[in-house]
Amino acid sequence: MKILKTVLILFAVSVMVLACGDSGEKVKATPTKAAKAANPNGLTDFEMLHGIGPIKEALKLSETIDVALAKKGEKTFELKCFQCHRVDSKLVGPQLHDVTQRRTPEYIVNMMLNPEGMIQKHPEAKKLFAQFLTPMANQNLTKDEAMSILEYLRKEGKEVKKGS
Amino acid sequence: MWSRIKLSKLSYLALALLIGGLIFIVCSPKKDTMGTDDAASKVFVPPGSYDDFYAFLSGGFSGQVSVYGLPSGRLLKVIPVFAVNPENGWGYTEETKPMLTSVHGFIPWDDSHHPELSMTDGVPDGRWLFINANNTPRIARINLGTFRTDEILEIPNSGGSHASPFTTINTEYVVSATRFSVPIPDKDVPIASYKENFRGTVTFIKVDPKEGDMNIAFQILVPGYNFDLSHAGKGPSNGWFFFSCYNTEQAHTLLEVNASQNDKDFIMAVNWKKAEEYIAQGKFKEWASEYQRNRWDERTQTTIVEKLNKVKMLDPKECPDMLYLMPCPKSPHGADVDPSGEYIAGGGKLAGMVPVFSFSKMIKAIEEKAFDGDRDGIPVLKYDAVLAGEVQESGLGPLHTEFDDKGYGYTSHFITSEIVKWKIGTWEVVDRAPTYYSVGHLMIPGGDSKKPWGKYLLAMNKITKDRYLPTGPELTQSAQLFDISGDKMKMLSDFPTIGEPHYAQGIPAELVRKREVKFFDINKNEHKYVTKGPREAKVVRTGKEVHVWMTASRSHFTPDNIEGFKVGDVVYFHVTNIEQDWDVPHGFAIKGTQNSELLIMPGETCTMKWEPKKAGIYPFYCTDFCSALHQEMQGYARVSEANSNVPISFNKD
Repeated sequence: MKILKTVLILFAVSVMVLACGDSGEKVKATPTKAAKAANPNGLTDFEMLHGIGPIKEALKLSETIDVALAKKGEKTFELKCFQCHRVDSKLVGPQLHDVTQRRTPEYIVNMMLNPEGMIQKHPEAKKLFAQFLTPMANQNLTKDEAMSILEYLRKEGKEVKKGS
Repeated sequence: MWSRIKLSKLSYLALALLIGGLIFIVCSPKKDTMGTDDAASKVFVPPGSYDDFYAFLSGGFSGQVSVYGLPSGRLLKVIPVFAVNPENGWGYTEETKPMLTSVHGFIPWDDSHHPELSMTDGVPDGRWLFINANNTPRIARINLGTFRTDEILEIPNSGGSHASPFTTINTEYVVSATRFSVPIPDKDVPIASYKENFRGTVTFIKVDPKEGDMNIAFQILVPGYNFDLSHAGKGPSNGWFFFSCYNTEQAHTLLEVNASQNDKDFIMAVNWKKAEEYIAQGKFKEWASEYQRNRWDERTQTTIVEKLNKVKMLDPKECPDMLYLMPCPKSPHGADVDPSGEYIAGGGKLAGMVPVFSFSKMIKAIEEKAFDGDRDGIPVLKYDAVLAGEVQESGLGPLHTEFDDKGYGYTSHFITSEIVKWKIGTWEVVDRAPTYYSVGHLMIPGGDSKKPWGKYLLAMNKITKDRYLPTGPELTQSAQLFDISGDKMKMLSDFPTIGEPHYAQGIPAELVRKREVKFFDINKNEHKYVTKGPREAKVVRTGKEVHVWMTASRSHFTPDNIEGFKVGDVVYFHVTNIEQDWDVPHGFAIKGTQNSELLIMPGETCTMKWEPKKAGIYPFYCTDFCSALHQEMQGYARVSEANSNVPISFNKD
């Protein structure tokens, strides 16, 4: 088991590196059968790392922030998310300035687009629910809206990183 | 359940062999009531499963429309239409109050009678449901995407909109005819001058094919009778409308006796294509007529009120070949067109049979001028020249006929409390089924259209004494469901209704479900006082008027602490539900409110007017259990004396 876990972690890290890299190449997670069986709720390795939802492949993201997209994301965030989330502080849900450090972009988008599924099945989302007690609402964001919010959070994350 | 499973799995012979003849005898009667063709299994829709049909029943004196699932009879929703509904703020919010205004001011109630589904090619299409207000004449249009009343159009020159709102096969027109003839235009005259001064009107309302907006196209001045019910022609009779008329005696007192003198009243046939021609030729007179149109504007989520002041009036005296009268025994109620469009069944309340008229014979009689004189210049056709046949000895008090898809008519009989099934063409009675009691209208899904879905028939009964547990002097009305798929009608179930259903419409569920709106897109909300996210929340005083821009989401309001209100202020809480998911409304109520609560759908903004009378602290809270922490969804408003200096302040987190 220990070996398996090490393999898994190595694999996950490599996926993460590839996903966050600026190579622009499409990265597909191809978990082994054995690895799948080892995850809770029968989640695939991809799902363990990137969440459960409509994002089933690594997202193509550029290293630089699309400022216009981030601005759009901020507007949607303030309309549909701000009642529970702040970037700089905990409110109903967790603060988000460092979410892009904590989670993969795919995980963040899946959490936005499929909060019910995530809270029911994903061990990380379950943990947060146990901590915050309020299930994240589904705001029926379009994928484009979620991507713009992701861009906004990436921008905020970079600013925090710079500041720290 | 045990016996049901066992009996379905084992034959009675096996049972008898196993546990003996006695058990066999005891259990065998159960086969009829618990076997595969039993009534209970036919109306049982398992938990979590959907009904096959929506049934829209008029609420009668409740003023609303109720929505039931068939075959289960489960009440799904009451749609507020003509009566205020504190349950969801209809008629209490600032946005919806104007929907119930008219030239008579604010009307908090009406008597809703006949729901009618919009149609495409003579078949219900699931877009809109129209319904009439019988008391203060109006027609409402309900959006079946949102199950909300989107428009209420007042009908001028009418004493009461009863023969309404029936539609043409492509919903080109919705009609409304007056039940009570009155002076037109209305004026102060002795009631005894009825014959001289009182008249009726038939109103043709044009329906926008895309948006559904209603506009009065024209009215026709008709004799001073009572107009009861109607249906549009279809197939060969498309282009015509048929209206039942009673009180052709033109009595104005004790109608019970005085309007029951003539052996035959009329079914009035209106050639509306001809009427359109006269309108195009300019043969109308423009009459000054005050009325109001109230339309819901989805974009701004408010009511747009238009005050209108004229109609185009056609006078049959100047428009020949537009109206004909078919004699119909006696004080008829229904005027029901069969799926082919050839036959029109009358329902003479005081006749012991159902007369059925032939459209092709009517056209021939008109061509051959087979007239029996005229009434006010309108030709009266010879009864025998237009009659297709009579359903003889059908019962007492025939009222209303619906049709199935196999060539049969079903006529309700009020006095003998029964439904009578008869064959189109031979006019013979083939089956009878009692109702409990005093059936008014019937409904077969699509049963007044080109394409009836002839599986179920719903009878709506006026009297239910001894049918249910008693509830004091006032007892419920009921609906009774029949299986009409076989040769014999079979009663399956009955269920109580809200108000008094006069008529109903049914439609396969999928035709409505495909248009379902789950929530309103907050991005498209252009309400004047929308709060697009908590960051935009604010409280603004202008003199004594204070506006609160507030958001609601699971599970808090922003702001939730507001200070600086004063006694004598007029406060408007504009609450925007910023959720974007299905089935997540939030409520809003504050102590001492003299309106109802707000019930705000996701993406919507609703406004409560509040006039605090005393200084103090006023809690407000969410009234619709929205989440695990719903009980925490609350806030406080501080009201100070009129002369205090407490400034407006509020929080945002």
